[in-house]
This record gives sequence, C-alpha cells and structure tokens, in this order.
Amino acid sequence: MLRLDDLQAGYGAVQVLHGLSLSVATGEVLCVMGRNGAGKSTMLKAIMGQVRTSAGTIDLDGTRIDPLPAHEVSRHGIGYVPQGRRLFGDLTVAENIEIGLMTRNRGAAVRERVLDLFPRLRERMGQISRTLSGGEQQMLAIARALCLEPKVLLLDEPTEGLQPSMIALIRDTVIALKGTGVATILVEQRVDAALSVADRIAFVVGGRVAETVDAAGLSPNAPEFINHVGV
Amino acid sequence: MDFGPFLLLALMEGLVTAAVLALTASGLSLAFGIMRVVNVAHGAFFMLGAVLAWFVSQWVPGPAALSFAAALVICPLIVGGIAALADTVVLKRLNYEPEATIVATIGLLYILEQAALSFFGPDARPVPAPLNFRIQLPWFGYSGYKLMVVVGAALVLLAVWLILRHTKAGLVMRATQIDRDTARAFGINVDRVYAGVFAMGAGLAAIAAVLIVPIQQAHYLMGGDPLLLSFIVVIIGGLGSLRGTLVAALLIGLSDGVISTFFAPTLAKIIATLVVALVLVFRPQGLFGTRAA
Repeated sequence: MLRLDDLQAGYGAVQVLHGLSLSVATGEVLCVMGRNGAGKSTMLKAIMGQVRTSAGTIDLDGTRIDPLPAHEVSRHGIGYVPQGRRLFGDLTVAENIEIGLMTRNRGAAVRERVLDLFPRLRERMGQISRTLSGGEQQMLAIARALCLEPKVLLLDEPTEGLQPSMIALIRDTVIALKGTGVATILVEQRVDAALSVADRIAFVVGGRVAETVDAAGLSPNAPEFINHVGV
Repeated sequence: MDFGPFLLLALMEGLVTAAVLALTASGLSLAFGIMRVVNVAHGAFFMLGAVLAWFVSQWVPGPAALSFAAALVICPLIVGGIAALADTVVLKRLNYEPEATIVATIGLLYILEQAALSFFGPDARPVPAPLNFRIQLPWFGYSGYKLMVVVGAALVLLAVWLILRHTKAGLVMRATQIDRDTARAFGINVDRVYAGVFAMGAGLAAIAAVLIVPIQQAHYLMGGDPLLLSFIVVIIGGLGSLRGTLVAALLIGLSDGVISTFFAPTLAKIIATLVVALVLVFRPQGLFGTRAA
C-alpha cells in the first residue's frame, strides 16, 4: 500500500534520511523503532510532505505522493498523529474533529463512528482542547486523524507520557483499525507497546532501515532491541 | 457651550475615530495574527480604498447614495485583489520571513502611493456623503452620517467576528494561525489561506476608507495616520488579538476625540505613542495578547 524507496531527506544542509526503504501493506501494523535522532520522525514528516525529499520515492497505491504539496498528501488518505499531538490548542474538541472531517469531506456519520471509539471526547466537545488531560489530548489527536478515514495511519510515539489505561486504549484502537484494513506505521520507543500490536518491526539506524523482523514470537529481550534501540 | 455637552461632542467624534480605527486595525491584526506579517503597506491599502471611492463617485451616475453603495462593494474587492496578488507574487516568494516582509511591504507602500499620485494626482478630492441629515440634540446638532459610519463599522466588525467564529473559512483561518504545519497535514492549503487573509485585511482597510472619505476627502498621502494609529492599536491590544484590537481602538479613538477637542490633535498622537512605549516596556504582549513561548 505505502512504499518508501531509497528515501533521502533532511533539514537544510543536514541530511537525516540516507536511503531509507520500507513498505506497509493493507491491514498491517509496521512498528518503526530506533534510537533518538535515527530519523523516525523525519521519515513520517517526509511522508507528509513537511520535510522535502532530495531523492527516492514515496508511493501510495501506485501513485507517487512525494512531489505533492504538503496539503494534498492527507487528501490521498494518510492520517497523521504527530509527536506531541500538535492539536489546535485554542480550538474546541468539536472544532479539531471538524478539521479532520474537512480534510476529505467526511460527514456526521464518520464523526459518530470515531466518537464511538473515544466516548470520553463526546462529553467534552465544547472544551478547549489544550485544557484536556494528556490522555484525552492523545485520544483527540488520533480521533482527528481517523476523521479523514485514512488508508494509512502514521502514529509518532502515541504512548509517550501516558498512563497504562490510555496505552491499552491506543493499542486496542490500532488493533481495531487493523481489522478494517488500515495500514499503520507506528513509531514507538516502548518495546512492550510495540510487541503488543506490531506485525513487523523495522529498526532504523542512521537514517536507513538496518533490519526488519516479524514481531510474532519476538521476545522483549531479543538482541535486535538491544542492538538497535539500546534497551 | 458648557463642559458637559462639549465632552459629549468630543466623545461622539472619538467614537467615529474609534469605529474606523477598529476596522482598519483589525485588518492589520488579522494579517499579523494569522500570517505573522507586519504589513507596512496597510495604510496604502486604506488610501487606495479612499481614492478608488472617488473614482467610483465620478463614474457611477445618479444619487450619491448609489455611487457610495457601489464604492462600498467595488473598492474592497479591488483592494483585496491587489493585496492577494501582492501576497502571491511577493510575500509567498519571501516565505513570509518577518524581516523580509517588512521591507517588501515598505516597497509596496511606495509603489501604491506613487501609483495613486500618477493616476489620481496630488490634490485632495471630496467624495459626497450618501446621506446628509443632522441629528438635533438639545445642545448641538450632529452629523447623522457620522453615526452611520459608527453603525456601519460595527456591522462589518460583527460580520468579521461571525466569519471567524462560525464558518468553515474562519475555522481554517484559526487552525492555520495556531499551527500551519499541522494545518497542512489536514489538507489546508495554507498559501490560499494567507492570500485570502491578506486580501481580507486590506479589504477591511478599504471599507474603513470608503466609510470615512466623505468626512475626510481622498488624498494619495492619507494612509500615514491610519497606519500609525493602527499599529498603536494592535500593539496596545496585543498583536493578532481581535478582541484586544477592538478594546484598544475604542480607548485610542475616544481619547483622541477628547484630547483633540479640548487640547490639540498632535497632543493626542503624542499621548497615544507614549502609551505604546509604556505597553512595550511593561506588557510587551499587549493587553490581550499572549506571550510568545
């Protein structure tokens, strides 16, 4: 579904991705792990067009999306939950949801389906989003991305700083989406969180994928984690 | 005239100034709040609105009210179109870098002023008021048109507020103001939003000019005072805060009316500038602005 091929990207003169290649299929959860600065978040930003690529291709269902302006990427069906949530903090919960719905002209039926996944948001529709708790903000960030009914969902460290019940909710949501055919790329630092949802794990080292392994049967103490993540 | 009626007259004059100022400054505030562009050409857009109103008053036959109504529609559209073009051709290419856009809008100011001088000439020219009637108070009579300016400005500001708060376009503008990268990640064409906001800001200045030109006359250098006062208002109110802009416009407009009536217009400008200096020292984010993180 989504394929990155020999991708090179960076910030000005600083190149971060050095020929990164990976792919994720329909209904698959690909977890991307690596040390800080390895290029995981830059890879997601490059997919979203927020960081310009200098070489390589990004292909979604046979269409190259890397030449597109940033605002057109999501319209092709890529939902993005950035690191740190990046909610529109001064807007209400309902307005953040509305922005998500507007992306691909989705209506009330989609909103209701998304809110069914996160009933707590339904109770807080009029609340300014920056006043939500950390967990609720993460729910909203995911709900906003789901409002565009994505074919591919990009999650950048969604469990960062959250309590166990919220982490479990996010895991259950990703598993439910997998069942509907959504392809997910999950950037994750926590080994247990990665193993609980991932089909495959790609380890990024120095801006390229060093190794990709099946998650099934992988132990939290596997040498891959120690070698590439340092845990 | 006794002190009480004299004060009432000063306050009414101040209210007219405040209404026009609120309209002009809200355009400047919109451009800064959403695009982070300090638009030095804003006064020139104001001037262009007034000059175009004069052209429309010459070309549209019939009663003054008809040409005024035409000017109220045509002038903001033309000025907004010029602003959108300037945004696309100049500001976008500068990637909206704050320092570069200040220099670019200074250049735009000179281009617009010289263009007005070339096509309009150096003379101040009157534009007839759409209605001429006086409201007779027990102590003095007062221009009914001036009160219409206040009502008209209030209606336009209400429309701006409704657009920002209760329409999809307003939601998109507010989302872009908060985080343009995330806005792009949700399909918002930020370039188009910026062009629209810059046009809307310039259009508001043009509406203010059309409203005030029957009182002031059109002149190619008339943009200086509205620009200075608009900067004073948005700095006191808080750059980018529409609510702050309205409160500060009321404050500056009323004080300008009172001080100009009882003392001298120059003293009013000096005091307003002094207030700006104090705000910058003690509350740099303005009365309603938020401190940068």
